[in-house]
Order: sequence, then structure tokens, then C-alpha cells
Amino acid sequence: MTQDRVNDFAIKIATVNGTGSASANTLLMKSIFRSGVPVMGKNYFPSNIQGLPTWYEIRVTKDSYVARSGKVDLMVAMNAETYTKDVREVASGGYLIYDSTWPRPALLARDDITVLGVPLAKMCNENFNGVRTRILMKNICYAGVLAALLDLDVAKIRELLAETYAKKPALVDSNMKAIELGYQYTRENFQCPLPMHVAPGLLGGSKTAGHLLIDGNTAAGLGCVFAGATVAAWYPITPSTSVMDAYKGFADKLRTDPATGKKNFAFIQAEDELAAIGMVLGANWNGARAFTATSGPGLSLMNEFLGLAYYAEIPAVLFDIQRVGPSTGMPTRTQQCDILEAAFASHGDTKHVCVFPRDPEECFYFTRDAFDLAERLQTPIMVMSDLDIGMNDWMCPELKWDDSYVPDRGKVYNQDEIAKLEKFHRYLDVDGDGIPYRTLPGVHPKGAYFTRGSGHTQYGVYTEDSAEYQVVLDRLTRKFATAKRLVPKPVIEQDAHIDIAIVAYGSSDGAVREALDILAVHGIKTNYMRLRAFPFGEEVDKFLEQQKLVFVIEQNRDAQMRSLLTLETRVEKSKLRSLLHYSGLPISSEFIVKGVLAEVQPKPRKLEGVA
Amino acid sequence: MTFLPKPKVRHPSLPKNSLGLTRRDYEGGLSTLCAGCGHDSITAAIIEASWGIDIEPQNMVKLSGIGCSSKTTAYFVSGGHGFNSVHGRMPSIAMGANAANRDLTYIGVSGDGDTLSIGLGQFCHAIRRNLNMAYIIENNGVYGLTKGQFSASADVGTKAKKGEVNQQPPIDPVLLALTLGATFVARSFSGDKQQLVPLIQAALKHKGFALIDVLSPCVTFNDHEGSTKSYEYTREHYDAAVQADFVPFQREISADYAAGDVLPVVLHDGSRILLRKLDAGYDPTSREAATAAISERLKKGEFLTGLLYVDPAGKEFHDVNETPSIPLNQIPFKALSPGSAALTKVLARYR
Repeated sequence: MTQDRVNDFAIKIATVNGTGSASANTLLMKSIFRSGVPVMGKNYFPSNIQGLPTWYEIRVTKDSYVARSGKVDLMVAMNAETYTKDVREVASGGYLIYDSTWPRPALLARDDITVLGVPLAKMCNENFNGVRTRILMKNICYAGVLAALLDLDVAKIRELLAETYAKKPALVDSNMKAIELGYQYTRENFQCPLPMHVAPGLLGGSKTAGHLLIDGNTAAGLGCVFAGATVAAWYPITPSTSVMDAYKGFADKLRTDPATGKKNFAFIQAEDELAAIGMVLGANWNGARAFTATSGPGLSLMNEFLGLAYYAEIPAVLFDIQRVGPSTGMPTRTQQCDILEAAFASHGDTKHVCVFPRDPEECFYFTRDAFDLAERLQTPIMVMSDLDIGMNDWMCPELKWDDSYVPDRGKVYNQDEIAKLEKFHRYLDVDGDGIPYRTLPGVHPKGAYFTRGSGHTQYGVYTEDSAEYQVVLDRLTRKFATAKRLVPKPVIEQDAHIDIAIVAYGSSDGAVREALDILAVHGIKTNYMRLRAFPFGEEVDKFLEQQKLVFVIEQNRDAQMRSLLTLETRVEKSKLRSLLHYSGLPISSEFIVKGVLAEVQPKPRKLEGVA
Repeated sequence: MTFLPKPKVRHPSLPKNSLGLTRRDYEGGLSTLCAGCGHDSITAAIIEASWGIDIEPQNMVKLSGIGCSSKTTAYFVSGGHGFNSVHGRMPSIAMGANAANRDLTYIGVSGDGDTLSIGLGQFCHAIRRNLNMAYIIENNGVYGLTKGQFSASADVGTKAKKGEVNQQPPIDPVLLALTLGATFVARSFSGDKQQLVPLIQAALKHKGFALIDVLSPCVTFNDHEGSTKSYEYTREHYDAAVQADFVPFQREISADYAAGDVLPVVLHDGSRILLRKLDAGYDPTSREAATAAISERLKKGEFLTGLLYVDPAGKEFHDVNETPSIPLNQIPFKALSPGSAALTKVLARYR
């Protein structure tokens, strides 16, 4: 361990779920963040309430990387059940901390790591009463151990506890007592700090100022409140539920009339996902901004209604917080595995607009954009987040709201406009952009029309006539072409002299950015295009055309985005090389670097000064 | 929202309601159902009922799923928006629409397949939420568009057109609704317009979920001998327990009703339903008694009809959700989006 590991290492904490370790981990991560040192946190938790193994990874990263490095430098092994696996995972030269109340000579099997035993249970049993309290405090206690080893600011920890338990001051003292126990024992028995530690002073000022530590589901829920969504309907499913929890929490606070107690929103827990999306369509059809949040299995159930929304042209915003499939899969693990399902949801010729946020910041802004797009295009917009973005705390720039923002409610005729029409035709392409005008119920009898999923003419009348049916289908194609111009553009970083590229989307972005830096050190430079929406605009085709070799990086087995690119752009299939990460853990920079290096040989560096 | 259309040229002798509209103004497209279909009689009753209680056409929202019955929303009140959704899922569309705008009048038309098979879940949960809508089941015991399969309301022993005899017990929507806590439960017969019209009016005005199960024979697939949903069988086996007359808020109760015979039920807007017991022992204000009486008669293959149970005091969805009286879709954006200062404040805990 050398000086260069200061402010640059990864800790992993292995515990049992339901034992309060989440509070300890959040406390640790946030105290580092508050000290001005960038952090990344990933929670690997089981689909269970209590008793199964769970891990939390905290990466201290002076360069503000937001992905996993793929390495563990310090392991806190609190779960005897997973010791073997946990010991194996520590990088050579790293550290392992365990509860030495019960000595484990087997843990000393590796001679390339340092094992530090702290009698956590013993200390907590001596200092706290009650079985549950002792278990909880044991976990807070390891936070004290780490505070000593990593040189964390104990005052900051107290400050955070005071904020968390503002209404229960007694808990601040008991938690602090546990912190102090671990802290003092460690200071007295080991050399502190470790060579790898946190040193805010070395960063030349705070690198976290102006940033938040927030998860994507919270940002999305908040975005729904600010975008003016009034109807939220959902069926509980991991990992999407916290989008709804966040919306409800913020709306209760910000949308309840203090004088009357009345709520300027409707929050409906549906009986299943079929009903949830139905409610969203009913509300949007009736002029409210409405949304739902779900995950893979829920999206499967919503397919029928999504086809209706596509064909009857009803706006909707749907958050898909993707988790590991197929079927129930691994509900608490992450993937990007619903891309094709979302893009083509439902039977018949259907295509849907999808946006791919990369982090909580984009979850917030894309939420606002999704409501605008939904109403402008009169179609469902899928916000394709994932468990990694949705449920982990990410460091991202402060969220801003532009008070001059005016929502785009799309082409909706008002009362006067309807009155002036000779006759209203629901599905007529008046403006030539494929987007028809709509009317809302209760406004004017001349605006009344019949919404249906059965064959209809451009005048909104039932039909089984081939030509009349095709007129509407072809206009929908034109509307989708219009969507290409309106959706978020890809982010392209390109050098005209380079013809190798990486294409990625969503939560892979952080790992790609770090990989690009590492590859540059290896002498490999690549272009980068981050897709942010489907349908793909002309820029996507142009970029792909200019490359010789394109690595498409995704977190699924079947290369779903690569398939979508081959279907929906002019790209030659043979150019596209997939790097597929589908273990259920968030993709790491290491995975991408290895994948690229396997195909592309580093250019020998020119030796300077040699004759 | 109030809007009075320009007067249309009509025969001057056509009677007008208080909005100056004739029955013609409540009609819709031409029915494409089979001649003699019970559903068309129900459509006629809806037209009569809507006209009679002065509903502004644009304020009526017509919802349906899939099936013969679900087509009928196109055949009445063409001045109101219609939504022919997907099979069995109309209640969720109605829920969302109602959440967005609580001021409109919602009427759903469904069938026994749409409600009791594919849509059973949504039907039950709409009742649990006490969604404010009138929900009419056009119940004929048979799938029409797919040519004659039994539905979940087919009685044990009833015979299909091709001779098959149904063995599975039926789901009775009226009993089901009663067990789920419905606050307005009625049954009627498409051939009894006199009974049906005031029931529809009361259902439209009831605050909460109002179910009317209307026995509506299918002339093509279920009107033969051996069927328990034929015109003939229904006429012989239905028995009105309670006569319900609807009296809009403005109107005086006519002198026909002698005090004591009539139980007035006052609805949220001041209008009244006058219940006259035709069956002396029947009590439409007791869920338990109503359930027992209906079950008793069903065992004998008989249908009690009329407004079988009513509770005007139930809390509907918006009461529970505590939504304001202004429809959510009409709240100005400024009142919905909290603004940058509020954002800075709520983000404090994430810094």
C-alpha cells in the first residue's frame, strides 16, 4: 500500500440483512462524502426481509468515478456464512476486518492480506442491553472501527446521526457510544490510519461540494412532482417501489394544501400491473399527467395496454426499473434486460419511445422530458432505469429546477378551438408531422370522439377497410420519425482520427468513462457514443457509419441494444462487437477494459530520446 | 364545465329537458347488434335516463371493454367521449379517468364475460375503491362475438344452442358486489324499461360505485328452450322486490306516494330515490338481509330485481384520497410544480 491509495480504494461490508447494517453503511458513505471526498456506494441485497447475506460496497474515488472498480481493498466480514467467499475476494495487499469475539484462525489462511480482529459482539454485549439492540449496535460499531482505520471525521459522524435522529436524540447518544467503542479499540490496538485512508486535505478543496448523494428512484419520484404529475398508479414490485414512495413522500409534503389538507394528486395502489397502466392511460386520456413505475414482470403484464396506448395514441409515462430476468429472475440484482421488450411492447406493429438515463441526475431531468414527450407525441414513454441507478446512492450534481419551465401539453384543442372547427377528426394529420390533435372529455360536445383499440380511420371512426386502416398505421410511422427529432440526443465524444468506438447506455456510462481513462493509459483511444433514447436519430447512424469497430456494452446476455441497432439503423452488423455483463452486479470498469484489450492490441508507445 | 350547443333543427313538438335538449341529442351511432338484442333496449333506456336527468352530453364519459355489450357505448350520447378499451380492463381506465376529473359522469357498460371472467379482478377492485361510476352489466350468460360459449354467469343446467349443458356454478355479480361492500346494487331486465330507466338515473347520480346487473337475452345464441337467460325464461322468473323511482333535486315528490309506503333515499346532490317495497319482507337498506333474500330466490332459479341494496353515505375514492373539489386535470401547473426554492429545500438531506 502506498501513498497513491489515499482517497482511492474500495471497501466491502458483508453482513446479514435485517440487522441495521444499512444505517451503518449509509453513515460511513455519507461521512466521507461530507468531508469532500467523492464516493460510490452499491448495495447488493437479497430478495428477503431478514437473515440472508447482504453486501455493501463503498468506493472512495478521488477521480469521482461512479462505477465499481471490480476490486475490493478492505473487507468487513460480519457474516460467518460468507467468510470463505469474502476472504477470497480481497485484493492482494488488502485488509480484512472481522468480529474476533469468536476467533477464526481459518481467516488467516491468506498471507497476502492483513486480518484485523475486533471483538465487536463482546464489546456491544458488555455495553448494551437487549438482543436486538446488541445486534444493531454491533453494526454501528464496525463503522467506528472503519472511522479509526480510514481516518474519518468523528464529528461529521455525530453530525449525521444528529440529523438522522433529530426526533430521537437518545438514539444519537447510543449510536455514538457504539461508534466510540469501535473507534477507541481500533486506535488502541492497531496502527491508525491504514496506508489507504481518507484525506480530504490532499484533494485541494472539496470535490463533493455542489453535489448530492441520491438514488435514481428518489430523483424520478421528485421529477414527477415537479413535472406536474397528478395521478400515480402502481403495483408494488422491486426495485421500482421506491419511485412511488418518493413521489408520495414529496407530494404529501409539497402538494398538500396546508389550509384544507386536500391533496393535489391521486395515489392509487392498483390490484396488479394491468390495472396500474390502465389507470395511467385513463388519467392521461382525461388530461392529467399520470405515471406508473414497474420492473420486468410488471412490464410484461402491461403489454396489452401499451399496444392500446400506441394505437389509440394516449400519453403515458412508465418507469421500468430493470432487474435481472428472465421470469422472476433475481429481483434485487441489476440488468439492462428489458430493452427489446420495452421498444416493441405488445402484439402487432408497435414501437415505443424509450429514454435511457445514466444516473439519478438524468432520472430527474428525463422524467420532466418524458412527460413533455408523452403529451407531445401522444404515446407512452418508457424511462429505462435499472436497479443500480434506482436503488443505489449516486454522487451527482445538484438538481436544478428552471422556474420558467412551461410543460408541453401537446396538441390539445381547447373549448374555443373546438367550437371553431367544422368537425373534429381525432386521427387526422393536420400539421404533417404525424401527430394528430386530441380533445378532452367535458370540454365541448363537438370534441367528443370514440377512443378504441380496434381498427379506425383517420377521422376516428371504426373501420375494417384496408386502405383506411393503413392510412392510420402509416401516419403512426411518420409520428415515430418525428419522435427521433424530439428525444434526447446521444452524447458523442469523437476524434476524427479514431475509428474504434464504444457504444453504451444507461448505468454503464460510469464504468465506460473510467475504462476510457484506463484504456488511454494503455495507449488505446476510442470514440464514445452514449445512447440516450430510442428511436435513434440520424446522429446515431452517422456516428456508426464513421467507425470500423464498435464495442456495444450492455448489461444483458442477448445483446439487446446491439439487436435494436441492427434493426433500426443502417449499421453493418459485422462492425458491432458485444461486451456483455449479466451477472446481476453493476458493470465494472475492469470488465470493459479487459473486453476491449482482448480485441484491440495496445499500440506500442514511441520511445522518445532513443536514437 | 357548462356548454350549451347551438339549437339543432328538430321537430318542434319533441319534448325538451331543462337544457333544451331532446332525446335525439342523447342518441349515438346506429347499433350493429343483432335485431332484437336485449342490449339495444338497455341503450334506449340509457338515452331516456340521461335525457331525463339533464346530463350535459359532453360531461358524460362512456367506458367499456370488449364484447357485444362493450360496443354499445357508441350507440348513445354521441356528444360524450367514449373509450372502448381492452377486454376486462375497463374499470382501470375508468379509475384513472375519474381520478383526473371527478366532475364528469362516468358510465361503464360491460358484459358477463368482460366482467365476470377476464375482468373479474378489476371489477372487484373498482367496487373496493368505491369508484364513482355507474356500471352496467349486460348479462346474457353467453359469449356472442365468439359464437356461443358459456360465460361465467351461465346457470348450472342451462343448455347451449348446440345442446351442451353447463356444469359449472355461476358467479352472481349482485351477490359478489354485496360481499365486496358495494354501495348501490341493482338488478333489472332489458325488457323492463319502466324499471330500468329510473335505476340508471339513480345509478348515475349515486356517489360511488353503482352496479346494475341487467339480464339481457342474446337472441342469436341464448334464446332457445333450455336456456335460463332467454326472454321467455327471464320473463317468467324475474320478480321485482323494490320499485325505485328517481326524483331529481329540483323536482317535487308527486302526490302519488302515500307516506309510509315509500322510503326516500337522499343522494349527495339532494336528489332522491323513492323506494317502494313490492315484496313486503324485503329490506334494501340491510346488506345482510338483501344478500339472504337474493340467495334464497337464486336457489329457486328466480331473480329478484330492482334496487336491491343502497347506502348513499359510503365514502367514494376521492373522499378517501382527500382530493380537492377542483378536478386534478384543471389545477394550474404553478400550483402543481413546487418551484426551484422548494427543490433546494427538499434536497437538503441529500447533501
